[in-house]
Amino acid sequence: MGRAFVFGDNIDTDLLAPGHAMKLEPREMARFCLEAVDPQFASVVRRGDIVVAGANFGMGSSREQAAISLKLLGVAAVFAQSFARIFYRNAINIGLPALVLPEAGEIAAGDEIGFDLEQGRADNRTQGRAYAFQALPPHLLAVIRDGGLTEHLKRRFNGTRA
Amino acid sequence: MTRGATLVEKVIARAAGLPGVTPGQLVVAKVDLAFAHDSSGARRWKPILDALGVGVWDPDKVALVNDHYAPAADAETAGFLKLTRDFAREQGIENLFDMVGISHLVLPDAGLIRPGAFIAGGDSHTPMAGAFGAYAAGYGATDMAAIVATGETWLSVPSTIRIEWSGAFAPFVVAKDVMLHLTREVGMDNGFRAVEFAGDAVEAMSMHARMVLCNMAAELGAETGVVAPDAVTFNYLARVGRPVENESAARALASDPDAVFERVWRFRAEDLGPQIAAPHSPGNTGPVGDYSGVRIDQAYIGACMGAKVDDLRMAAEVLRGRKVAPGVRLLIAPASRETFETASREGVLSDLITAGALMMPSGCGACAGYGGGVLADGEICISSTNRNFKGRMGSGEAQVYLGSPYSVAAAAVAGSIVDPRLLMTQGAR
Ligand code: SF4
Repeated sequence: MGRAFVFGDNIDTDLLAPGHAMKLEPREMARFCLEAVDPQFASVVRRGDIVVAGANFGMGSSREQAAISLKLLGVAAVFAQSFARIFYRNAINIGLPALVLPEAGEIAAGDEIGFDLEQGRADNRTQGRAYAFQALPPHLLAVIRDGGLTEHLKRRFNGTRA
Repeated sequence: MTRGATLVEKVIARAAGLPGVTPGQLVVAKVDLAFAHDSSGARRWKPILDALGVGVWDPDKVALVNDHYAPAADAETAGFLKLTRDFAREQGIENLFDMVGISHLVLPDAGLIRPGAFIAGGDSHTPMAGAFGAYAAGYGATDMAAIVATGETWLSVPSTIRIEWSGAFAPFVVAKDVMLHLTREVGMDNGFRAVEFAGDAVEAMSMHARMVLCNMAAELGAETGVVAPDAVTFNYLARVGRPVENESAARALASDPDAVFERVWRFRAEDLGPQIAAPHSPGNTGPVGDYSGVRIDQAYIGACMGAKVDDLRMAAEVLRGRKVAPGVRLLIAPASRETFETASREGVLSDLITAGALMMPSGCGACAGYGGGVLADGEICISSTNRNFKGRMGSGEAQVYLGSPYSVAAAAVAGSIVDPRLLMTQGAR
């Protein structure tokens, strides 16, 4: 269960991870996440909250800090109508669920949202509605369950070397 | 398989060791070339590889480029550059391009971008390599670390959109105008799709112009942009000293006549005029006339796709015999050291300097706001780069317009945005 923070279409990686902060340590950098569209976001978002957006979330650069910043701020998942490909892969690779939800536009700021990754189901407790989203394929669920691609690969390499 | 294959499907099928692939199919592909820069590469791979207890899978298939923070402006970023050098040495990576230019230009100029290759780059403009008929996509740091550890990656085979341009472009209308137009017409939300550029107007383009198309496929949201290899491709690779061995195999990469495209867009080259993208999106585009009179503080000619030698030639064509307007600064960062050298040999460099341009080091510079030449609150810039997202080039309160090198140079002379065709017919100012 988390509160929804709602953004529009085409939220780009320069908004998520501004260039001026790119040389900072990840935790420092996260303080600037989305500052240009919502200066309060990084200070008020809490562990378990949800980011909800329109089309093409994460467009722009390949910088993984865009996804890492959200993860470090405690964001539990991003629901968007569509994602930019590199952001989508990055999010999963660092263990942040990126979920395609055509009805993302129905979610209002502050709505309480719960979700079940395996079943592909999200509940909007505030509005009393349920949404279905396409569950991730098993190999990507495994990456998220392992806590990201690095942990996932550790198992693979340690497995093969053991 | 009964259906024909697109160029991208052929490359992926070969890399995945399959007779054919269809869009949406999940495959694992072997990577022919993996590269990254000082911000996305060694700095981010090393901790992951160390945690895995492995090195790069094949040092000969990995290239590293110091371009984003080059030359370093402080001790911290100097450290990123040093880390890249140390990592290359430790791992036996010979393809280290250390402060000689921007990855997307120096790699093809070293002959490392080959038709039909599956290329993974730690940078979102990796699709520029698709100009050579390669599948080239950008990846984030963890994906790239996994790729350099294993030599492979998974992907869902993209569908292909074909964009055809027929006819001939008018004078002062160039590939950059094409892409600014397409970001509006085709849109920027083409994730998980490939874009193929074709038609006689594309076939007539130089490699440098094709690189602009494929580079800005990233702004269309596409995972790669491609142009089928032809004599122009082969001549370029021969000129850089790495000729294509089997030209007929490279030609056979072209999409089959019965290939299935998700959509085909057709445009007429003669209908296009110079385009400008207004703040804060490359898709916020209109004809240059819509923005004429917008006063500027800075004009910037830079970036992988916006400061190649042909771009500098365009700027010089406008600037020769003219001066940068009072109160305006024109910054030019040639995309590579070799670009600098060629421009110098041709006299282009002296045209730029005489007109009042400030020459900047070869590197990413102000393009991503990492290097020198960034903007203050409230300043207005016109730039030959590919993105004008809010806050990318310095202050979040700055306004960045995008245009071709012709449009940028013309604005520098006029002090405000102007149709380069008008400026050129009015004579010197
Ligand atoms: S010049 Fe700009 S677009 Fe090109 S690689 Fe560098 S930062 Fe990216």
